[in-house]
Amino acid sequence: MLEKALVGTKRYYMLLAILMGIFALGFLFYLRQLQVGLSITGMGRDVSWGFYIAQFTYLVGVAASAVMVVLPYYLHNYKAFGRVTILGEFLAVAAVTMCVTFVLVDMGRPDRVMNVFKYPTPNSVMFWDIIVLNGYLLLNIVIGWNVLECERHSVAPPKWIKFLSYVSIPWAVSIHTVTAFLYAGLPGRGYWLTAIMAPRFLSSAFAAGPSLLILLCLLVRKYTKFDPGKEQIQSLAKVVTYATLINVFFFFCEVFTVFYSQIPDHMLHFQYLFAGLAGKSRLVPFMWFSIVGMTVTAILLTNPKLRRNENTLAMLCGMVILTTWIDKGLGLMTGGFVPNPMEKVTEYAPTIPEALITIGVWALGFLVLTLLYKVAVSIKEELKA
Amino acid sequence: MGIDRREFIRIAGLSTLLGLGGKGAFELLRPGQVEASMAAKPAAEGVVRWAMVVNMRKMDDDTAKKCAAACHRVHNVPNFAQPKDPKDALPPDIVNRYEVKWIWPEHFHNAFPGEEHPHMPEQMKNLPFLLLCNHCDNPPCVRVCPTKATFRREDGIVNMDMHRCIGCRFCMAGCPFGARSFNWKDPRPYITDTYPGYPTREIGMVEKCTFCAERLAQNMMPACVEASSGALVFGDLNDERSQVRATLKRYFSIRRKVHLGTNPQVYYIV
Ligand code: SF4
Ligand code: SF4
Ligand code: SF4
Repeated sequence: MLEKALVGTKRYYMLLAILMGIFALGFLFYLRQLQVGLSITGMGRDVSWGFYIAQFTYLVGVAASAVMVVLPYYLHNYKAFGRVTILGEFLAVAAVTMCVTFVLVDMGRPDRVMNVFKYPTPNSVMFWDIIVLNGYLLLNIVIGWNVLECERHSVAPPKWIKFLSYVSIPWAVSIHTVTAFLYAGLPGRGYWLTAIMAPRFLSSAFAAGPSLLILLCLLVRKYTKFDPGKEQIQSLAKVVTYATLINVFFFFCEVFTVFYSQIPDHMLHFQYLFAGLAGKSRLVPFMWFSIVGMTVTAILLTNPKLRRNENTLAMLCGMVILTTWIDKGLGLMTGGFVPNPMEKVTEYAPTIPEALITIGVWALGFLVLTLLYKVAVSIKEELKA
Repeated sequence: MGIDRREFIRIAGLSTLLGLGGKGAFELLRPGQVEASMAAKPAAEGVVRWAMVVNMRKMDDDTAKKCAAACHRVHNVPNFAQPKDPKDALPPDIVNRYEVKWIWPEHFHNAFPGEEHPHMPEQMKNLPFLLLCNHCDNPPCVRVCPTKATFRREDGIVNMDMHRCIGCRFCMAGCPFGARSFNWKDPRPYITDTYPGYPTREIGMVEKCTFCAERLAQNMMPACVEASSGALVFGDLNDERSQVRATLKRYFSIRRKVHLGTNPQVYYIV
């Protein structure tokens, strides 16, 4: 089936070339980072994780959200999603690829990455995260590929594939839960030290992931002969609506506990993000935009008229992606590290090389996504013809 | 680097005699085991538990500076504000970001956030509280490290194997005391005179105070303690007759962020 990825229209080649170009640019800067160290980034002793780990966290969510098409299809026999499960699974593959790359890019000594396997350490959450992420990657490649192959030959997928699909459902939940546990178990980081971290991660993932999937479906329909389907998109829109609402609800649960209890260790981080601390307030406009935007979007999404109109739906999905990204890809990391353990405020902003490396990794992910989607869509077009 | 060089050479040399070869021995022993094997032998029967007391009654700015300078000198800790070559000079905010520090002074409200109040003695507010790794009994940095590059020794020292560290910085997020530093930049151009008894580091790994494991192995006191004119007391907490025990018995002491349950082993007499 791979050959399907090799032939395409001019536009397809153009897209590949652009993505490869961006990736190459990022890679050049990464080579520079290997030379001079992570001083090329905006991180420092106080904010010691930045953009890279934030993207990683966000994308684990996108990957996990594939479960939102797999679960209804396999557990509730919701046949309509049969058309889009492959898109969800391949999106997950691309997202996990980016996750793994971001972790590698963030490492001070990538040359020693094998130490994680050489000295397995089960008391470290990172150990488990690596296991569940790689497992999830493998699951989605195997399932996606085999189901597509069977579809092509018009045979039912073998039993073991079905079994793996069932396994992938709790597995998807586990990747984002374990990722939340990276943060939620650290003493002395008040912003992260909350049991709602994993639920909030999941809700924002199930909002952002399906939003992205909707946008991708619309693109696929526009640029190929395969239509993922109106009903499918509408069902996904409902998932987005509920998930966004729950995400906003979880956020306010956290805000209540933090501000009613008035415990400074927890409150200071929120104060930094939403009001500024010690005269430093770089993230304040972003955070307000994120939470107000997310709340308004959630409310608008409950209106069936806006949801049914695919133009407004696309816009609302874009808002969900943007606002959850600010919350998780920008605020989460910095918020956890500011103020520092000595209650001093050092702000963080990514540098240009750091941003370019980040965009390069995203380009790599979209390259993988484009290739996989090309295969999937070609098969679907072939079947229709 | 956590490994005492002399000790390493000795072990490697011994195994060469046995026909194993230095590198083979290194792999065979595994860095972690080399480390574990160099735990200082207890003077008396039983287990040693190293601990430090910072006596703020004897501390002043000058002493604090001397302690930090002594530690940073014998451990080749870079000073990014003082490049060897003036063309490597960095702006002050960058210096703060890259800073590597094993022991450094902070004011009371930074050392013990939330414990200060407006009516405490003025002089106490401005004393230089020396901060360093607490060699916690229940260290989160060890718990989170995915490679056991950070590990806890029998004698309570939380040490690091810098050859194993992958630079993921999980331990920096895990330490609630800001005791860990990362090598964001090559430190060597910022070490004015390199101390021959301790290795310099490369980019990409984490480091921190080791309670002078390499000096303890040679029956020497930590460098900061030696430079402290008695303001720092170091010793075995399990030994009733040790000076740390006597000092802790005599004066009331506090520790940083005990509510977090890490059980810090650096005590402050205020
Ligand atoms: S002070 Fe920090 S680095 Fe030192 S043992 Fe405790 S948690 Fe680990
Ligand atoms: S940076 Fe090094 S010491 Fe710290 S957790 Fe990662 S591997 Fe362990
Ligand atoms: S005990 Fe040794 S390593 Fe730790 S601060 Fe003192 S001199 Fe430095």
